[in-house]
Amino acid sequence: MTAPSSSNKKIELIGVKKRFGSKVVLNGIDLSVEKQSSTVIIGGSGTGKSVAIKSILGILTPDEGTIRIDGEDVTRLKGAARDPLMKKFGMLFQGGALFDSLPVWENVAFGLIQGHGVARSKAKDIAIEKLAKVGLASDVAYLSPAELSGGMQKRVGLARAIAADPEIIFFDEPTTGLDPIMADIINDLIVSTVKDVGATALSITHDMTSARKISDRIAMLYQGKIIWNGPTAEIDRSGNPYVDQFIHGRAEGPIKMAVKA
Amino acid sequence: MNFLAAIGRAVLNLLAQIGRVTRFTGQTLAAVVSAPFYGRLLAQQIMRIGYFSLPVVGLTALSTGAVLALQIYLGGNRYGAEAIVPQIVVLGITRELGPVIAGLMVAGRVAAAIAAELGTMKVTEQIDALTTLATNPIKYLVVPRLLAAVISLPILTAVGDSIGVLGGYLVSTYNLGFTGSIYLKNTVDFAKSDDITSGLIKAAVFGFIIAIMGCYNGFFSKGGAQGVGAATTNAVVTSSILILAADFALTAILFHT
Repeated sequence: MTAPSSSNKKIELIGVKKRFGSKVVLNGIDLSVEKQSSTVIIGGSGTGKSVAIKSILGILTPDEGTIRIDGEDVTRLKGAARDPLMKKFGMLFQGGALFDSLPVWENVAFGLIQGHGVARSKAKDIAIEKLAKVGLASDVAYLSPAELSGGMQKRVGLARAIAADPEIIFFDEPTTGLDPIMADIINDLIVSTVKDVGATALSITHDMTSARKISDRIAMLYQGKIIWNGPTAEIDRSGNPYVDQFIHGRAEGPIKMAVKA
Repeated sequence: MNFLAAIGRAVLNLLAQIGRVTRFTGQTLAAVVSAPFYGRLLAQQIMRIGYFSLPVVGLTALSTGAVLALQIYLGGNRYGAEAIVPQIVVLGITRELGPVIAGLMVAGRVAAAIAAELGTMKVTEQIDALTTLATNPIKYLVVPRLLAAVISLPILTAVGDSIGVLGGYLVSTYNLGFTGSIYLKNTVDFAKSDDITSGLIKAAVFGFIIAIMGCYNGFFSKGGAQGVGAATTNAVVTSSILILAADFALTAILFHT
């Protein structure tokens, strides 16, 4: 373990490996994300994008390798020792993952009330303010998540992710299941809210339109490794046949889709 | 060879399962004694697990008490011992039938509901979402349900005991020709506090089993609607079997036989 460095790296993954049974999902990932930048990990379904994010969040523990946040080794940080770290994070889940037992405002205020110990009335005011930031009127605050459309659920999920002003926000397939117009609106919201909060963003997606719009850098995950990593502007000139096949969505190319798991 | 391998796999699976349940239980117990404490959620769960189970427990206890009185009367009649009805009813209900019936009814009603709710939360990533919101899912979801079940089951059983004895009383006085006051006097004179407390201790253990099996199966359910369905079934089946096994063990321990 090394001393926290003063470098500009917010998130660092060094040789991270994770397997489930005999299935190797991450086979030595190296990736670093700079402060207040936005990186998108692209890759086909089942290539381990979610596993990578869940490892950083501590929902999964890697078998090997190191994960550093702000230069601090957090790979095997558990329990109460992990609490201060979790307060740096916000996450927008693919399906929203809103708590259906709670009204919208309590969903948004959840991290503030439970994690940060903010009084309910004050947390409610913040929640309504954050809902306004994602374009939702205050009357939505009293609805139940089940009453919302897919696009509105994503907005509430986004408001919840930014509610506690996190330092790092994770986006898991933020545009999946949305129509192209709503997807574009959510992309815009992601860009503006991340800038607004001043956060570092790490996203996973296979939607290239979204990836181009919300990222500064793109990393491509294939067979458990990062096979290309560069500025978003250069992705069309990557010279990497795997990346080319993926971003153009061609069936023919070096990537053979595994039909059998 | 394949046959042996299949046995081996089954045994390994079982051991892994026992290991996971034990670890889950340990994590839960560690979470019970450490802050934060969610009082509002505990009250909510006591309502859902305890209060709303009163009708079903009351109804089954009433009919069990009534049938018990009838059977003992018919059986005792063969030896001219039909007067023993109130004593046997109160003993059977408080020691055995009260806690076991409450346990099994709540296992069916509550373990299933807990597994379905937490299983759905699991597959829709709501449990992961809790973690990302700096909240320990075991403390937030499991501990309130566990405490609520351990508190509620003895209370449900006490209510069920009373209603069960009432069932026996009603049948005995209306159908079997007992005098009400004598029936009640025999009941009260015969029942010892040990009979009642042993039943309540059993009930608390059953509550623990129900909450742990419901939560465990929900937490580790996978794969969408089918997975949640399987988790629900497993929660009811495993908690019912464990209740019956624990009942036997506790009876042996509590009465030193």
